[in-house]
Amino acid sequence: MTDRELQLKAVRLRKKTLGIICDAGAGHTGGDLSCLDILNALYNRILNVSPETFSDPKRDRYVQSKGHCVEALYAVLADRGFFPEADLQTVCHYRSHYVGHPTRHIPGIEMNTGALGHGLPICIGMALAGKMDSASYRVFTLLGDGELAEGSNWEAALAAAHYKLDNLTAIIDHNTLQITGHTRDVMSNEPLGEKWRAFGWAVKVVNGHDYAALTGALSQPSEPGKPTCVIANTVKGRGVSFMENVAKWHHGVPSEAELKQALAELDAAEAKLKEAK
Amino acid sequence: MSAPAPSMFTPAAKAMAEKLGLKMGRANLDEFAATLEELAKVNPNIVAVTSDSRGSGKLGSFGKALPKQLVEVGIAEQNLVGITAGLASCGKKAFCVSPACFLTARSLEQIKNDICYSDVPAVLIGISSGVSYGALGTTHHSLHDLAVLRAINNITIIVPADNFEARQAILAAAKATKPVFVRFGKAAMFSLHKPETKFEVGKAITLRAGGDVAFIATGETVVHALLAAGQLAGRGFNCRVLAMHTVKPLDSEAVLKAGRECRAVITVEEHMVHGGLGEACASALLRADVNVPFRIAGIPDEETVPGAQADIFRHYGISMEGLSETALKLLK
Repeated sequence: MTDRELQLKAVRLRKKTLGIICDAGAGHTGGDLSCLDILNALYNRILNVSPETFSDPKRDRYVQSKGHCVEALYAVLADRGFFPEADLQTVCHYRSHYVGHPTRHIPGIEMNTGALGHGLPICIGMALAGKMDSASYRVFTLLGDGELAEGSNWEAALAAAHYKLDNLTAIIDHNTLQITGHTRDVMSNEPLGEKWRAFGWAVKVVNGHDYAALTGALSQPSEPGKPTCVIANTVKGRGVSFMENVAKWHHGVPSEAELKQALAELDAAEAKLKEAK
Repeated sequence: MSAPAPSMFTPAAKAMAEKLGLKMGRANLDEFAATLEELAKVNPNIVAVTSDSRGSGKLGSFGKALPKQLVEVGIAEQNLVGITAGLASCGKKAFCVSPACFLTARSLEQIKNDICYSDVPAVLIGISSGVSYGALGTTHHSLHDLAVLRAINNITIIVPADNFEARQAILAAAKATKPVFVRFGKAAMFSLHKPETKFEVGKAITLRAGGDVAFIATGETVVHALLAAGQLAGRGFNCRVLAMHTVKPLDSEAVLKAGRECRAVITVEEHMVHGGLGEACASALLRADVNVPFRIAGIPDEETVPGAQADIFRHYGISMEGLSETALKLLK
């Protein structure tokens, strides 16, 4: 799939994600839109996993540590054929397994997440198991930058370097906003790259909405003997002008009028992309 | 020169143990470690995960014999449980070994979400549980673990009373397809069961039949209940003793049978009186409309008295003498 095809798909997935959130009446809109290009790149270009190979022990693993942005993940997994798109009409409904955070009840989801600071330790266990079995699979996790205040991440950062887990990649959705406001005001975490390097990781900093850059950073492990941290600079609410870089959209649900405006903007973006061929 | 460790048993209790033919075994922790190493030598998928706790977990030999099957995570219990979950999700039979006080408090959220909610077949081994660490104080006691784990869906809780139960628990846990928590103390334990005894997860073992008081005990307190039953026999009372090795799922049938057939029920546990075996039994009895004189012998809701495990047990009446006294008061 070309970069342009991924860009076009991303616009449609953004529309789908907003539709899921509006139907459910709940969701983490801003973060969904900030991490959507990362998920799109992972599932359509990077991960060696498909609906047919999901139970194969040799598959790549992806664990979404920032589990609250599950709507974007649902949209991407449905698009990849892990489950019927119609299922998404049940998100957050009574007796639907499509709850507001990832669970293994849903095809394509590896582990139940949602409490922050859990994904990276789990992925270390998966990566260690791969090393023990001399398996070639890779393990990926996606963390929020606000999530990095959870101490368990730093326990895990030590362990991943200690065990030289070059089959592990942690991607940070670095949109700089969390529920209360800017991360620099809530709990400073910069300089992020230096911190991960000091813990013994290979670090790459990329534009998290640039498919060529994401592909370059995620296609191969960075350095033999080192886990990789990809700091993906992103925009919270990406793709919808009035949501971009606005903390209140962390878990805001668009009104009917707001959805209409958002979809109109995304339609325009799609048309522009098509014209640009 | 350090003071000698206080004995868990008075001379009278020792005499009763001899009268009952009980032989001293080793610490359940030692039995656990030997059993796990034996299993891991023939199953390379078995992995022990430790938090700088291989010494306390008696896994020194395991680590030397099977270094590739031991994952050390350092003093980081949240990471310990998360890594265990990841290993288990990829086909490893992961035994996560850490002091019960830290494992079930510091990493409770990881147990709840990464192990139980995610439904991976990991085994959590709480070592030096209850008040095993004695005079090290409350930071090192786990008097909450049964309560918090009972309140989490999808985990079996086993508290072995002797080396037989310890070995059987590990054999069962190694085969389990769901999460299991097993809790071990540090003290050497009397052997309570015959080798041919049937062990089944979720089924109490009747150590002694009787219809006066039913002692329903778990873990390292079972021996004290058995000794008390022996002492009470000398006063003409026939007491039932149930070794309730599985706290969850509870053998409600055995509890109700005891409640219906005996004049009184006393539960015994090395745990706070809130949320453990005693309240589980009380709930089972009340929900079945079984009304019977009932007491919970455990650690009360107060700052635990300082002292060794033996001191603490004796202080709170978890001893042959203390349990006999509780029974006699109840039978009046």
